[in-house]
Amino acid sequence: MIVAERKPFDEIMEMVASCKRVLVLGCGGCVTVCLTGGERQAEMLASQLRLAAGAKGLAMEVDFDSITRQCDKEFFANLKKDLASYDAVVSIACGVGVQYMGEQFASARILPGMNTQHLAANTAPGVWTEYCHGCGECVLAWTGGICPIARCSKSLVNGACGGTNHGKCEVKAEMDCGWLLIYKKLQETGRLDELRKLRPPRNWRKDRSDGVRRLVLKDMVEEETKS
Amino acid sequence: MSEPISKLQAALAAGQFVVTGEVGPPKGTNVGPVLHEAEEYLKNSVTAVNVTDIQTAVMRAGSMAFSHMLVDRDIEPVYQMVCRDRNRLALQSDLLSAYTLGIRNVLALTGDHTTMGDHKEAKGVYDLDSVGLLQAMSILESGQDMGLDMKGNPNKLDGAPRFFKGCCVTPCTDEIEPQIIKLEKKVEAGAQFVQTQAVYDPAAFEKFMSGIAHLKVPVLVGIVMLKHAGMAKYMNNFVPGVVVPDWIIKKLSEAAKEDRQKVSIDICGQLIREMKHCCQGAHLMTLGWDMCMPSIVQAAGLA
Ligand code: SF4
Repeated sequence: MIVAERKPFDEIMEMVASCKRVLVLGCGGCVTVCLTGGERQAEMLASQLRLAAGAKGLAMEVDFDSITRQCDKEFFANLKKDLASYDAVVSIACGVGVQYMGEQFASARILPGMNTQHLAANTAPGVWTEYCHGCGECVLAWTGGICPIARCSKSLVNGACGGTNHGKCEVKAEMDCGWLLIYKKLQETGRLDELRKLRPPRNWRKDRSDGVRRLVLKDMVEEETKS
Repeated sequence: MSEPISKLQAALAAGQFVVTGEVGPPKGTNVGPVLHEAEEYLKNSVTAVNVTDIQTAVMRAGSMAFSHMLVDRDIEPVYQMVCRDRNRLALQSDLLSAYTLGIRNVLALTGDHTTMGDHKEAKGVYDLDSVGLLQAMSILESGQDMGLDMKGNPNKLDGAPRFFKGCCVTPCTDEIEPQIIKLEKKVEAGAQFVQTQAVYDPAAFEKFMSGIAHLKVPVLVGIVMLKHAGMAKYMNNFVPGVVVPDWIIKKLSEAAKEDRQKVSIDICGQLIREMKHCCQGAHLMTLGWDMCMPSIVQAAGLA
């Protein structure tokens, strides 16, 4: 899932300080699961903004709303509020939601309430850890199911660098060295030969260096055009 | 094997025990003092001098320019290149430039992470890893580059370089096997010599060397000069894969301040003497104490 962290309150307050009417808009997707951008958080942020505006003597009206997913048009009909009637809509979806809402509701001003971070698993209560980088060319088949692109700080492809230290990465003492994890896994499963193979430099075009990426399911597109 | 292209390669091929030194370009344009030290103390006591490449991600003058200045002074450089700051376009271009400037020995390194240095917000590149950089050198030597022309064929170079290609390894890390596997890949990718991370444990080093005997690649054991006990303890705590044993820390802490340099020289000499039989040379990182180099070479019984 995508995880996103709420922006510092002061930053959000500053964005909307000159607004008379503000809507905080939650999303029922990933950010609800990671407990940062759902309906409850929208309600909380709205009341925080109301309080802060009151304390500053600003005449600001703050409402909240939430829909199932801000990245899918299908759910936009369920909006209870009229976005264009607000001076600003603070979306607490991920960056996809913020942009897609902005595109679909061109007369509304959608502002980001979150810093979108990464693709994560819920590794402990309240902890989401990055597992995938969305690199576009999965290598997990030969890395023991552990991603060196996301979980090695340098995204190396041929094994650990000299910074590996008792299983930790040189970048942070509390961070596992992804390549040591890979080595251990391959060793345990008798597949070290995978590590011995020379891996050529990566094709970063599949990552970000080819510009904006798109997933097109041809069959579905053809169906649509026929009907 | 074709003719050696550098003094370093020739000396190793001739079976001499080789000593290399290391200098770091300054943070600023004042290259005079480091050049002076290299001429005064390194030129006549070592075979080649490594020039660090934005070492520990602390911004400073460049490794290629400095290597070239050494060439001009008849000191043979080992041009260090890290993968942190340049993509494959820039790395290959710099390799061609380096060759045209008379640089022959190149050491391929991954490079310390940006967060270890003084520009922590910089974006790390790592387009290639150290194995990929060695592959890049081998490809350039073959007269091609890593790209393709309009028809999808490999590009042809107008004049191909030749390098004596080196790499690094950490012999005393807690997990040896992954280091050895990576070294095997580096050799497969074209590495012709190895300079190691700092080693202070001759027994562990000897064991490591027997583990890589099948690679038949010359290894220069790395030794960082320890200036005082605090530095040794710091390395134990913070430098991955470096273990300074107690006897060295004890020697350093017992030495009077004015004797420290002498003690440090003796330690280096002793380490080299103890490891000489199982490797092909020593890479001494004097960290500014370049004036000690002639005495270290003597203490090691090499002069
Ligand atoms: S220490 Fe491990 S995780 Fe960190 S950069 Fe090196 S190989 Fe990657």
